[in-house]
Amino acid sequence: MRLDEFFVTGDPLIYGADVSIALTLIGAIFALTYFKKWKWLWSEWLTTVDHKKLGIMYIIAAVLMLFRGGVDAMLMRAQLTVPDAGFLDAKHYNEIFTTHGTIMIIFMAMPFLIGLINVVVPLQIGARDVAYPFLNAVSFWTFFMGAMLFNISFVIGGSPSAGWTSYVPLAGLELSPGVGQNYYLLGLQIAGIGTLLTGINFLVTILKMRVPSMKLMQMPIFTWSSLITMVIIIFAFPVLTVALALMTFDRLFGSHFFTMMDGGMPMLWANLFWIWGHPEVYIVILPAFGMFSEIISTFARKTIFGYKAMVYSMVIIAGLSFLVWVHHFFTMGAGGAVNSFFSITTMLIAVPTGVKIFNWLFTLYKGRIRFTTAMLWALAFIPNFVIGGVTGVMLAMAAADYQYHNTYFLVAHFHYVLISGTVYACFAGLYFWYPKMFNHRLNERLGKWSFWIFVAGFNLCFFPMYFLGLAGMPRRVYTYGVADGWMSMNVLATFGGLLMGIGFLILVYNIYYSFRYSPRETTGDPWDARTLEWSTPAPVPHYNFAHLPEAKGHDAFWIMKEEIKQGKKPEKKPYKPIHMPSYSGVPVVMSVFFFIAGFGMVFSWNWMSILGLIGVLATMVIRSFDYDKGFYVSVEEIEEHEKTT
Amino acid sequence: MKSMLALSMFFAVMVLSGCSNLTVLDPKGPVAEQQANLILFSIGFMLFIVVVVFVLFTLILVKYRERKSGPEYEPPHIEGNVFLEIVWTVIPIIILVVLAIPTVQTIFALEEAPEATSHKDPIVIHATSVDWKWVFSYPEENIETVNYLHIPEDHPILFKLASADSMGSFWIPSLGGQEYTMSGMMNELFLQADVPGEYRGRNANFTGEGFTEQTFTVTAESEEDYEEWVEEAQDAPELTQEKYNELMMKGHVEEMTFSETHLQWVDHGMDAEYATKVRNGEPTDDESSEMDHSEMNHDDDDKESEEHSH
Repeated sequence: MRLDEFFVTGDPLIYGADVSIALTLIGAIFALTYFKKWKWLWSEWLTTVDHKKLGIMYIIAAVLMLFRGGVDAMLMRAQLTVPDAGFLDAKHYNEIFTTHGTIMIIFMAMPFLIGLINVVVPLQIGARDVAYPFLNAVSFWTFFMGAMLFNISFVIGGSPSAGWTSYVPLAGLELSPGVGQNYYLLGLQIAGIGTLLTGINFLVTILKMRVPSMKLMQMPIFTWSSLITMVIIIFAFPVLTVALALMTFDRLFGSHFFTMMDGGMPMLWANLFWIWGHPEVYIVILPAFGMFSEIISTFARKTIFGYKAMVYSMVIIAGLSFLVWVHHFFTMGAGGAVNSFFSITTMLIAVPTGVKIFNWLFTLYKGRIRFTTAMLWALAFIPNFVIGGVTGVMLAMAAADYQYHNTYFLVAHFHYVLISGTVYACFAGLYFWYPKMFNHRLNERLGKWSFWIFVAGFNLCFFPMYFLGLAGMPRRVYTYGVADGWMSMNVLATFGGLLMGIGFLILVYNIYYSFRYSPRETTGDPWDARTLEWSTPAPVPHYNFAHLPEAKGHDAFWIMKEEIKQGKKPEKKPYKPIHMPSYSGVPVVMSVFFFIAGFGMVFSWNWMSILGLIGVLATMVIRSFDYDKGFYVSVEEIEEHEKTT
Repeated sequence: MKSMLALSMFFAVMVLSGCSNLTVLDPKGPVAEQQANLILFSIGFMLFIVVVVFVLFTLILVKYRERKSGPEYEPPHIEGNVFLEIVWTVIPIIILVVLAIPTVQTIFALEEAPEATSHKDPIVIHATSVDWKWVFSYPEENIETVNYLHIPEDHPILFKLASADSMGSFWIPSLGGQEYTMSGMMNELFLQADVPGEYRGRNANFTGEGFTEQTFTVTAESEEDYEEWVEEAQDAPELTQEKYNELMMKGHVEEMTFSETHLQWVDHGMDAEYATKVRNGEPTDDESSEMDHSEMNHDDDDKESEEHSH
């Protein structure tokens, strides 16, 4: 392979990206060396198995991916602002919307939520770590390496360009001959290992690692939402794994699962993809529901309204999520009976979701509502999500969907649910749990600026798209003509997109500003909150709880505080040594080998993939003979920690 | 404040001017009309739900904000309310039932020819998507067009949809909803125009680089004009397999008209491999039996050996 085929050439935007990637790398290496931080990086972060640190790394990676996906979005908006724009050509535009979709769902939304779950859930259930801390590190590093593998495609070899859904035959070897689609398959496959492991890990953690006094129906709603999410992950992700593997076989080894030739079945891909893909959207929305529940309850100063209904509605949503996948292709011509069935199951999801909306409203009712930034994000979610939800019901009506399908109406709908659901939740959760992670709050003033600008921008960007859809604008077109009459709405959308970008930048600046200037926390409970994670001191010691707390309800910490107010004195118990897992360098090394194997497969360099897989196997063997059973935190160290906080 | 007002005025004008061309809600035939009616019907209910939630939301936020109640106010402990929760479970179910009934009715209605003209025999047109063009075959009239359609008004058209390669979606928003075109599969879609005019049709499902320009025009005209056009088209040059195989290559082409259809060589609804074979220079099945050797000039040796092996 020639060098100019290996590196993507010919586009000034790509050269710009090359330069900025190189500069960032050099800058990072220089800074680490200059400040002598290599050892710190390795021993504190790269080898960590601490769920809080892994969570933070997940979130940092997700914010980076949000930036990448956001730049993709801005480029698309720039191209679509006016008719017949020549900013991007069709090929480049196709690559950008493909990477935008894939990155935002797989490498931004999921890791952001999983990051917050990592930080919060063990604390909420009174656990000192997850059930399988080593596995947790493997999860993070395989996700991270999968994401990196996918991301380098745009400078090395070329990006995938068949859409994030990668429908065959288009994504097959005949119609997409380059390496781009291989990046998609391998990047998602490697990251998918991490997600599946997370699913197993947190399922076991939530079921087995709760403080003994916490019954299932006393778990905080966020923990419940995480538990249900993990069940969905365990059932849905193997389908993606198999589908990706089959397509990889088609592309690399000449099999015919999805090809047009020799009796392949392209429609099977669409089915498998959405049997995973629809549960996937609930994987990214249920934790969001959980977070909003916690935040609304905290800042309304009331317990969640209809706790049981909230739990059951999530269970029902999870069940229904596996019964609706065909609504992604009503137009495939499956016939009236099939389309009617899937129309109705899809509409049914609106019932439990509606129950949740009203329960949130009545949690606010008679509350004492404090408009913190976290609360603003949670509140803005309600009206925006309702708009996304009702248009979802409209899309569920198959006969009408024939007109909405593949148009900007659909684009508007799923951005309304995914941004006002998942992204608002990520921001809300970030503001809410930030003091737990970094021992200081994010600045409220900057936070509110960022909130209002982003939310205004979001509505300005996506609401006009409903009308664009009804005006017949299909998704994924790279340009349109003057005669189409779509310009005014597109101008609005681009303006809104710009505002969202500004809102995001203010958020990033806020992280820097608060790091420099925010006062450090003195208590572990800055919001007067309700669940157990807030009972831990600031900063949270690495063993989380010196004594395991007691849960007497789903607002366990609130109940504790009430009891203290009524004069109950916390009894002083002697500390006991705490058993904790040791850090390990195996996960990160193993994931690097996964990356090498994946990269080799992308280019069909078999020597390299075999080398990488041998490395993976070797690290597994090393792990198998690792008899390190962890260590005990001494009573002295615990006393030292608890004294300072 | 003034500039804010001016800005919002500006946006209001933009939105209103943009609303004037909502093709989907301006149907030109019975299929699109049924769909537009269903859409408007659902929008009514959806607006009702949105208004209820927004009003409740605003009232609660205004009434129970801390600035109003004061920091001394301690909210009551309310676990829930079974009656209320049943209310907001049952009302959405009722709304969904009301929406589901016309949805299912319309789904099945769209599988048949439009009722008003069901006494007329539908005109059958095979619509085939090929990267990145549209091939239309009129088997009865024995004509084939590329990237444009003529149809008579007030007459049901039965489109038989297939694809030569990637999955497309056949969509004429003014006349009705879309349906996928797939290789090796045949879909059927009834459409009809009640108003003469020029409509825009396109592929709505992403098929790669040339997708955006994969469009066609539809001319709906009176039966007489249509008949006239058919007769004219029947005088067009004959479609040869060589010419048709050129169309199988990826790319865009101008509008074309032929007499004879490609259905004599291939039905893409049955044969998923034709276009790929042509692109790879491999023999297509039919060529080996009724192939005119002057048309194809490559791989003759291969073909002969294949014939021997049969």
